[in-house]
Amino acid sequence: MKFSENWLRELVEIKADRAALAHALTMAGLEVEELTVLGEGLAGVVVAEIVATEKHPEADRLQVCKVNAGQGELLQIVCGAPNARVGIKVPLAMVGASLPDGMSIKAAKLRGVESFGMLCSAKELGIDADASGLLELPLDAPVGQSLADYLGLPDASIELKLTPNRPDCLGLVGLAHDVAALFGSAVKVPAQVAAAVTSDARRGIRLEAGKDAPRYLGRIVEGIDPSAHSPRWLAERLRRAGLRPISAVVDITNYVMLELGQPLHAFDNDALQGDIVVRHAIAGETLKLLDGSEAKLDPGFVLIADEHKALAVAGVMGGFDSRVTDATHNIFLESAHFAPAAIMGRARKLGMHTDASHRFERGVDPELPRRALERATELLLAIAGGKAGPVLVAENLADLPKPAAVTLRRARLKRVLGVTVDDAEVARIFTALGMQVTPTTDGWQITAPSSRFDIEREEDLIEEVARIFGYDNIPTDTPTGALTLAIEPEARIGELALREQLAARGYYEAVNLSFVAADLLARWGFTERLVPLANPLSADLAVMRPSLLPGLIEALRHNRARQQERVRLFEVARVFEQGNPPVETPSVAMVACGSARAEQWGEVSRPLDFHDLKGDLDALIAWGGEPQRWSVHADGLPGWLHPGRGARVARDGETVGYLGALHPQLAKALDLGADVHVLELALEPLLARRLPKAQPVPRFPAVRRDIAMDLPEEISWSQIEQTVRGSLGERLKELCLFDRYSGKGVESGRKSLAMGLILQDASRTLTDDDADRCVREAIAALEQSCKAKLRG
Amino acid sequence: MDDLDSRAAQALAEIDKVDTLEALDALRVGLLGKSGIVTAALKALGALAPDERKARGAEVNRVKDRLADALAVRKRVLEQAELDRRLASEKLDISLPGRDGERGGIHPITRALERISAIFARLGYQRADGPEIEDDWHNFEALNFPPHHPARAMHDTFYFGDGRLLRTHTSPVQIRAMKGRQPPIRIIAPGKVYRSDSDQTHSPMFHQIEGLLVDETSSFADLKGTLAEFIRAFFERDFEMRFRPSYFPFTEPSAEVDIRWDAEEGSTRWLEVLGCGMVHPNVLANCGIDPERYTGFAFGLGVERFAMLRYGVSDLRAFFENDLRFLKQFA
Repeated sequence: MKFSENWLRELVEIKADRAALAHALTMAGLEVEELTVLGEGLAGVVVAEIVATEKHPEADRLQVCKVNAGQGELLQIVCGAPNARVGIKVPLAMVGASLPDGMSIKAAKLRGVESFGMLCSAKELGIDADASGLLELPLDAPVGQSLADYLGLPDASIELKLTPNRPDCLGLVGLAHDVAALFGSAVKVPAQVAAAVTSDARRGIRLEAGKDAPRYLGRIVEGIDPSAHSPRWLAERLRRAGLRPISAVVDITNYVMLELGQPLHAFDNDALQGDIVVRHAIAGETLKLLDGSEAKLDPGFVLIADEHKALAVAGVMGGFDSRVTDATHNIFLESAHFAPAAIMGRARKLGMHTDASHRFERGVDPELPRRALERATELLLAIAGGKAGPVLVAENLADLPKPAAVTLRRARLKRVLGVTVDDAEVARIFTALGMQVTPTTDGWQITAPSSRFDIEREEDLIEEVARIFGYDNIPTDTPTGALTLAIEPEARIGELALREQLAARGYYEAVNLSFVAADLLARWGFTERLVPLANPLSADLAVMRPSLLPGLIEALRHNRARQQERVRLFEVARVFEQGNPPVETPSVAMVACGSARAEQWGEVSRPLDFHDLKGDLDALIAWGGEPQRWSVHADGLPGWLHPGRGARVARDGETVGYLGALHPQLAKALDLGADVHVLELALEPLLARRLPKAQPVPRFPAVRRDIAMDLPEEISWSQIEQTVRGSLGERLKELCLFDRYSGKGVESGRKSLAMGLILQDASRTLTDDDADRCVREAIAALEQSCKAKLRG
Repeated sequence: MDDLDSRAAQALAEIDKVDTLEALDALRVGLLGKSGIVTAALKALGALAPDERKARGAEVNRVKDRLADALAVRKRVLEQAELDRRLASEKLDISLPGRDGERGGIHPITRALERISAIFARLGYQRADGPEIEDDWHNFEALNFPPHHPARAMHDTFYFGDGRLLRTHTSPVQIRAMKGRQPPIRIIAPGKVYRSDSDQTHSPMFHQIEGLLVDETSSFADLKGTLAEFIRAFFERDFEMRFRPSYFPFTEPSAEVDIRWDAEEGSTRWLEVLGCGMVHPNVLANCGIDPERYTGFAFGLGVERFAMLRYGVSDLRAFFENDLRFLKQFA
């Protein structure tokens, strides 16, 4: 809602300057979003008429004008504006004036010709952005009058960001009532007039849309002047409200809408046949609208029609064929009440948003139509002439909204706000807001005016008191009341702790959008059970991610393209899978590329490999304290992993994620190398932590024996571990692999592993003989089950 | 006798001159060793008459002690000198970087989000959560947004075509937290939210934190006090604050909260940081809580806005580009 400050001040006394007014509006919930000061500093600028022009002798683009500024003698002024010509009225900045942009006007010689003042554009005067030429004033503008007086300047264009509950402030008169309550002053709104009825032109109106359209008023005005223009004051008020003056009829309907808040529509009366019928649209019915678009309608829309055809979409937009043109002499003015529920969402459904729909879907005072119709008639007759017919009324009083009395309890008011507001102040506030107040023993009965659609229950009244009393005047306090201590389960690692842990391991946290491109997912092989958006912003943001990795790898690529060779990123977020309801799984993913360790002086650099990332996994698993519940498997890998360098991770045998090198084909398609490794796991299993249960420390020392075995390549470490554990049982406390070698000295297809056996017995110190026996047993088991040979 | 004395005097002079531990040890052997002069003198005692032996013995022992002391002193000096030499040769360039000292960091959004959640946790607010793919009832209807209500148009919503949608705010968590539970309730619900809007100052995904308190005594004054405390705790300083009347379907009275922010040197401006209000009775009733017996307040804030203010980030989009040169600033 944008309006001229001067206009508002004409409707209500405001004992405050501009800044104080803006502050008061904002603090009353009518937030001032923008305030543009117009035409300040125009002293010495007057209305002048160009009475003669001749070409400047020295400059093609300049003219030497003789100007009448009402001073008796003509002033000579050199002007470069393309529209400077004899007969027009324009603003003249006289010698001694100083313009809003700081320019001071002096007598000067321009290319040898004397000039006594400057003819101005709207931009030079700070009243508009138009700098294309002189600001042309209406021909009846009085020569010599101060321009500021003539245009009603200075002024300000104020734009309010109104919340949907306050449609009553979408008209200046409604706004004036709120302002009056704020400042404790009185409104000065124009009294309702009744235009002289000088014709008997009439038309029947039939209401066939029930409570969706309970009141419809119309009037025929015949013989208007289609070429009439809006007077300057009206055009200026529209312009300062952000509306472009178009023609007298359109301007007047807009003006009345701004003034009273009632949207009006004018039809070309000659395009209508028979009665006006207000009805629901028929399925499939279409209508070409004012903006040229074709509206496809359904019975959810209310239509204004005549006996043969649809004319307008009620409360949204008029039709093209019945519009007022510059050849229209007879008009039919509509001023109606449509129920908010009948208009809500309808414009949106047609892909549009109009001033009318904006107001009707929020609620327009049902008592306004007659007043608005009379006001529009008054202006129309004054500006475009014509003869007014009688006001035509169709209404179903039973379907009109009726303001109900709402109870406000004194105790509830205090309890919700936390402050006591004096009874007298409460009564003053409601009275000032135009509400009827009846005191009761424990509070008040309040009836809101018909313009308020937001007063239905006690809380609505409490809000009104708070708003006018002032939120600033409510004290600050501290909540009391029962406080129960939240229990944080110790057997779960916090998400922040996990993030800090990953950060400590060198990873930076990334945040990607939750939706990705379908073709990126297809490239990774994610095609099943996807959750696509019905209305994505773009194809790149179309599908809820089934994995954090595609986005994270894109982030890795982003950094690779910016001279970052070694990248470590992680993300914690949900992944999505089809289901009813869709399945959201909190997950953690890590991606890494570049050297295994950051470049440094003391260590040899080597490329990152599978086991570096597995080390990260091991560390996270170890944190939970139950590594025996976790396992990795070489089978069941997704297609995006390298089949020989990937692993499926399971907890208690259930798959919870994957890690490994990207499949070389995918890496190539993404323009990445073999060093890129990824890990993605469901978050919850990783956050599960064992609550420790202490055991006594061993009383007897451990013994260590090292052995080196020669084994076939295909025997995995986990097989070896199982074999040794199986043969030694409880006595084997730990089996650590400390060297792995293949190449010279080892038969091709075989490898040499050196491992340490840490042996311990709970009941006695192991002797050398005991330890040697264990080693022999382990070797025998390895030879038997793993085709191992003891290395010499 | 005189011979021993003079040999000892000579030895003492030599001890002072010796400059290696090896030479000192050789000297020690020559003096106190098996065939050293002191040992020889002690052996010679046996040939003396008893009375003479006693005096002579004391004499020899005195010499022995003097020599031993001198040797020990010199040994300490030489050992110290050798240690000094070794230490001097073992000097490292301690300015070289340490090994594997690199670390990563958490994202500034996480950082701000966790800081905010922790502040409320100290006030007894429990963390709560809900799905990001919501249904219309939780995201809108239960929060008192009727179908097609203009307030819905302020939420540009992503849909899935089956009636489900991406939550446009964290407020549905209020509903999930209140359903099937009775006050007192204090929850804080951080999470991702979505609006189909993307430009310099809007991201289609962003983060909100929702707070909710319901009990028998809560008032608008309590809400004001709580948020003032929170702002002070988060920014570690006092701000001029104002509560402006506003409108949200699920709270009434509703407010937006502005803080007086220092824009540049000397200039300040009001900056909107929070939306809040008293929980609408319809919302309490929708969740099976008696609005006559209980009142509550709720607030919601945008995490990105707080992170931008706190850490001086000027471009919202930087949060989602994941550029390491940006992320490393928050390690």
